[in-house]
Amino acid sequence: MSVQTSIQVHSAGGKMRPGLPYRFRKTVKAIINYAVMILLACFFAFPLVFMMVSAIKTNETQITSDVAGLRAFMPYPLRLVPPVNRLDEAPAEIRNAYAGLGPQNFFDVFRRMPFGRFLWNSILITTATVGLGLLVNSMAAYPLARLRWRGRGIVLAVIVALIIIPFEAVAVPLMLLTTRLPRPGGGIGWHDTYIVQIIPFVADAFSIYLFYQFFINIPKDLDEAAIIDGASRLRIYWDIILPNSRPVLATVAILKFMWTWGSYLWPLMVIRLPEYRPLTVAMQEFFGQYPRLWGDTLAFATMTTLPVLVLFLAFQRWFIRSVAATGIKG
Amino acid sequence: MDSRWETGRGTAVERRARLPIERIKENAVAWLMIAPAALGLLVFLAIPFLMAFQLSLTDTRLLSPNPPQFVGLENYRQLLRVNLILMEPLRDAATGEVQRDEQGRLLYPRSRTILRSDARYEGLRELAQFDLLGRRYLVAAGDPTFWRGLLNNFYFALVVVPLQSAFALLLAVLVNQKIRGVNLFRTLYFMPVVVPMVVVAVVWFFLYNPGVGTINAFLKAISFGRLGPFEWLADPKLAFPSIMLLSIWQGVGFQMVIFLAGLQEIPGELYEAAEVDGCNEIQKFLFVTWPQLRNTTIFVVVATTILAFQLFTQVHVMTGGGPGEATMTTILHAVREGRYQLRAGYASAITVMFFLIVLVVSIIQRAVMREERAVE
Repeated sequence: MSVQTSIQVHSAGGKMRPGLPYRFRKTVKAIINYAVMILLACFFAFPLVFMMVSAIKTNETQITSDVAGLRAFMPYPLRLVPPVNRLDEAPAEIRNAYAGLGPQNFFDVFRRMPFGRFLWNSILITTATVGLGLLVNSMAAYPLARLRWRGRGIVLAVIVALIIIPFEAVAVPLMLLTTRLPRPGGGIGWHDTYIVQIIPFVADAFSIYLFYQFFINIPKDLDEAAIIDGASRLRIYWDIILPNSRPVLATVAILKFMWTWGSYLWPLMVIRLPEYRPLTVAMQEFFGQYPRLWGDTLAFATMTTLPVLVLFLAFQRWFIRSVAATGIKG
Repeated sequence: MDSRWETGRGTAVERRARLPIERIKENAVAWLMIAPAALGLLVFLAIPFLMAFQLSLTDTRLLSPNPPQFVGLENYRQLLRVNLILMEPLRDAATGEVQRDEQGRLLYPRSRTILRSDARYEGLRELAQFDLLGRRYLVAAGDPTFWRGLLNNFYFALVVVPLQSAFALLLAVLVNQKIRGVNLFRTLYFMPVVVPMVVVAVVWFFLYNPGVGTINAFLKAISFGRLGPFEWLADPKLAFPSIMLLSIWQGVGFQMVIFLAGLQEIPGELYEAAEVDGCNEIQKFLFVTWPQLRNTTIFVVVATTILAFQLFTQVHVMTGGGPGEATMTTILHAVREGRYQLRAGYASAITVMFFLIVLVVSIIQRAVMREERAVE
């Protein structure tokens, strides 16, 4: 290794700048490298910083005048102490002139819209879709990967073929179909329900495929020992395969979670009542209300992003591994 | 893919599975376990998929009391019909001379007048006009919005796919370095991927604020006041590129991670061998990294192309397809026709066209990948 390094140093040094010491060039290179990476980091971070900083600025005029400069990214109060005792009871002119940093925008969101309900809807829909999806798709992948039965080859081929159908290609007929399905609790049509946002997305060909790929690589001795002990197939799946499949369970859960939390097109098509509206559609609705207040809208945006952002920062290694797993499919 | 399975005969499991009763049981268990997923995929994916083809041949409407009629290929005729019409310049009624404006350019009748003058042009609307060899042509289509949306999708793919893929590769190479703090950068570059697209669209809408806005202010500062202010989303020429920029911002981290996985699979010996041969960093990238990433690159390019044709959320939130139809897309058009105009049959025809494009892209991917396997 050391021999190779010295060869490289020698040849590179001879070719480029003969007088410059290697050390110095290395330092310059490192500085440029970091500078480029920091600039790129700013590019990726600035919209999110702008969103969160503006969300805690309680003065709308302050936000709109700050946008044209670096202050858009700086949380600073106009006045640390308001000139009146109770700012929320003061006339609007005083409030506008003296308000600084605070959670006022977030309170406004709750006052103007049933934000708690939307948050709950999104959490419920996402949890149910992810949870049921893990169960149903892993259960389907098990016989595909580890049992011998008639029709296995065809079923597997059909599932792989279904992966290429994008949701957009079926959205319109699916909308028509769900308006004709019997509604649980009486009536016809699934529009304006939770189930219309959950059930169609539980079974997922790509999830089955990810599970399948993982299951075929689990050593076969594991279930053989269990079979000799007289365990049933279902038992083996539940007690042996699933506990040994944490990585793929995490992958499928994360991909499904990101997709469901951000889902927009489908709820837009089938949900009209606010009772069942998820955060994304509520966000667009709120954004469309006039007067369009930047502070409130960005507070709403912040609250829609924070749950995913916190989960991402806590489990980032898993998130990145999950996304990497999607690339292997080709 | 499961040769191990087939060769593993003679073990306790296989012996048991070969007894007829056990085999029947095994079959039953398999079908039972696969049943919930199979039912879900059948009802909510396969059936709607086939319905799309069937619906596209009817005039089905949502919430209509009248039974849908079979209309054959009428929806496709309206969708795909394009006529090229040679325009006759306006002539003076008395002298028969061609009329010209102050700059001496020929004057033409309004496109609507031409389209109304002839029964053959019924149902057509103007898509575009262009001059060729001193003559002016009118392109009229049964559904100009569809064509504009489709052309926009191609425009988006043509710009975003190469840019985003190259950018993703650059980021992947940067965060693949073994230097201090690299994980922090990887996290930051990936962060926008987890942010819901609706939020991204709303935040960038504010950043693109015309007049005094953050992006305008930034351009002004780095160009010493020479650039801007731009109208971004309100300018027909800038609206779509503006949407492209935020789409890249949000999506590039995903591709970066896929490239990163590809980079980490390249055996280290290849680089060592290249070093022995005296390759510098650029040569190492060109002769080791790039060829080794071939399949990863194909995957990224294909996935990004398909995403380009799925473009919907950003345009729906930020511009609604406007100004004019500058940011119209295929899916936005389908949703408008299906959800708002309630024309489920016609909207299905649009999504069938969308699916055919995705299919062609996927088939090209398979072909290119197979070629790779054949060569090796």
